[in-house]
Amino acid sequence: MADTTGTATPDTAMDHGEDGVRRRDFINIAAVSAAGVGGASVLIPLISQMAPSQDVLAESSTEVDVSAIEPGQAIKAIFRKQPLFVKRLTDEEIEAANAVAVDSLRDAQSLNDRTLEGHRDILVTMGVCTHLGCVPLGAAEGEVKGEYGGYFCPCHGSHYDTAGRIRKGPAPTNLEVPEYAFTSETVIQVG
Amino acid sequence: MSFPWAREYQPTNGLMKFFDEKLPLPRLVYNAVGAGYPVPRNLSYFWNFGVLAGFFLMVQIVTGVVLAMHYAANSEVAFFQVEHIMRDVNWGWLMRYAHANGAHFFFIVVYFHIFRGLFYSSYKAPREMIWLLGVVIFLLMMATAFMGYVLPWGQMSFWGAKVITGLFGAIPLVGEPLQVWLVGGYAPDNAALNRFFSLHFLLPFVILGVVILHVWALHIPGSSNPTGVEVKKESDTLPFHPYYTAKDGFGLGVALILYLGLVFFLPNILGHPDNYIEANPLATPAHILPEWYFFPFYAILRAFTVDFILSAKLWGVLAMFASILVWFFLPWLDKSPVRSGHYRPMFRKFFWFGLIPCMVVLFICGGAPAEEPYVMLSQIATAYYFLHFLVFLPLISSIEKPEPLPYSITEAVLGTDEDAKLPASDAAKA
Repeated sequence: MADTTGTATPDTAMDHGEDGVRRRDFINIAAVSAAGVGGASVLIPLISQMAPSQDVLAESSTEVDVSAIEPGQAIKAIFRKQPLFVKRLTDEEIEAANAVAVDSLRDAQSLNDRTLEGHRDILVTMGVCTHLGCVPLGAAEGEVKGEYGGYFCPCHGSHYDTAGRIRKGPAPTNLEVPEYAFTSETVIQVG
Repeated sequence: MSFPWAREYQPTNGLMKFFDEKLPLPRLVYNAVGAGYPVPRNLSYFWNFGVLAGFFLMVQIVTGVVLAMHYAANSEVAFFQVEHIMRDVNWGWLMRYAHANGAHFFFIVVYFHIFRGLFYSSYKAPREMIWLLGVVIFLLMMATAFMGYVLPWGQMSFWGAKVITGLFGAIPLVGEPLQVWLVGGYAPDNAALNRFFSLHFLLPFVILGVVILHVWALHIPGSSNPTGVEVKKESDTLPFHPYYTAKDGFGLGVALILYLGLVFFLPNILGHPDNYIEANPLATPAHILPEWYFFPFYAILRAFTVDFILSAKLWGVLAMFASILVWFFLPWLDKSPVRSGHYRPMFRKFFWFGLIPCMVVLFICGGAPAEEPYVMLSQIATAYYFLHFLVFLPLISSIEKPEPLPYSITEAVLGTDEDAKLPASDAAKA
């Protein structure tokens, strides 16, 4: 029989199974596996603690009153600690946006894809450049609107058109349109 | 390391003898930086920068621990805590300016240190491990300096944090979750500031640990020298103490005059005035840019403007990381058996008229706005940067005909070395 007390020389022919593997090899593998799983499961909370905490996740939605915005004006609101642009487009701006062939855009979206039925003049976008996250200019009075009359990001020179679509520069996609809905004729709920 | 002629440590009194038998720390110091460590006798002032880098690491740790006693990592108060340090804490202004300018000086001396290594190919066998550990230290330094710059929570702090963490968002699939994890939210906020403080405190001690390995690895083959010829005999070397402790002490004095001149008379010259404006998540400064020591790498990041298979944004991120990672492969890219640039005519030309101007252009473009001609210049310089390391260096090392090397360090210094002369019988045959 195999020695189980560990006092005799362990490496005898008696210890080997038919395939040359000792039963004790399995104990080694099992012990190292258990230690590995234990070690890895300690890493989960250590890594996960850096993910957004419950209070950050709780900041889900915000309400914006759009009644005071005149055509051609935009306001900056805060949504999830990031700027949110709410803009009332003029007829010329809507026309300019609709005049562009959608297929020619880097990120093909029409103005209708980016606004809600019945409120085609209200453009709600994140004020976060899709390149590296700066706030584009053009929302406030007197700011540069860029070559396409929408927004211009000063960090690395991305130009957005009147529908907030990327037209020139390094940004890969259009300004993000968050999920939002009209809770009344004049108030939108974002998020 | 010990050459056979290295001096043996002799405890001079009973106490030292007691230590030497129980815990031979004095012996370790003696053999590491004392008279027990023989060093080539021909080291130039370019060999001062390692000690200077170690010194500025200690300046940063000491002033950093002091500042952490008065700073609070909370986005509501961080900016005002720094002003509190400047105005109310005894000598707080000195500590704050010493720490901020200490970072500038740390990078200045480390860039001299790195480019010394590049010119004299200090990365070649048997010193590969010293070089690899050095690149690790440089990466850790960049991460540490970045997180430190965020702590005052000024405009540059906030938008720097946003842009740099945004880089990770460019990675396909895992990018977005990785960025949210790094920031602890959807944009930098209290969670980001808080963790950056913790990591900014931790990383310098990691750097210190790697520096110990770096110095240990150096002491195995011993210091390189401007000829690139290895030490052969005792006349090639001098004991580290007192010869190089004195020389490094002199270099340290010069560096301190320059550093304290900056701290006392031009403390804000290398900083950005926008960081004296409190962070505003709703308005980006018109011209944001990183600290000057990141300019070349920032220029590489922005050089990619056209989508090609991958997005331009991702290309930029990959190129920026690759521009430093390529240094890891230098010992295997440069195959020339000759180390020193002094004896490599073609290498020398590419170094002074290729790599150095390329770095200058990248530096200028990194600090300039992203418009022409800077975009095109940074594209050309980025292309040259990678060509230099990946194509030119391997090519040069295989086709170049090096100039004759001195027989020994002694010959390089004295112009003659008795051992280099052939014995009379051999000379007659030759």
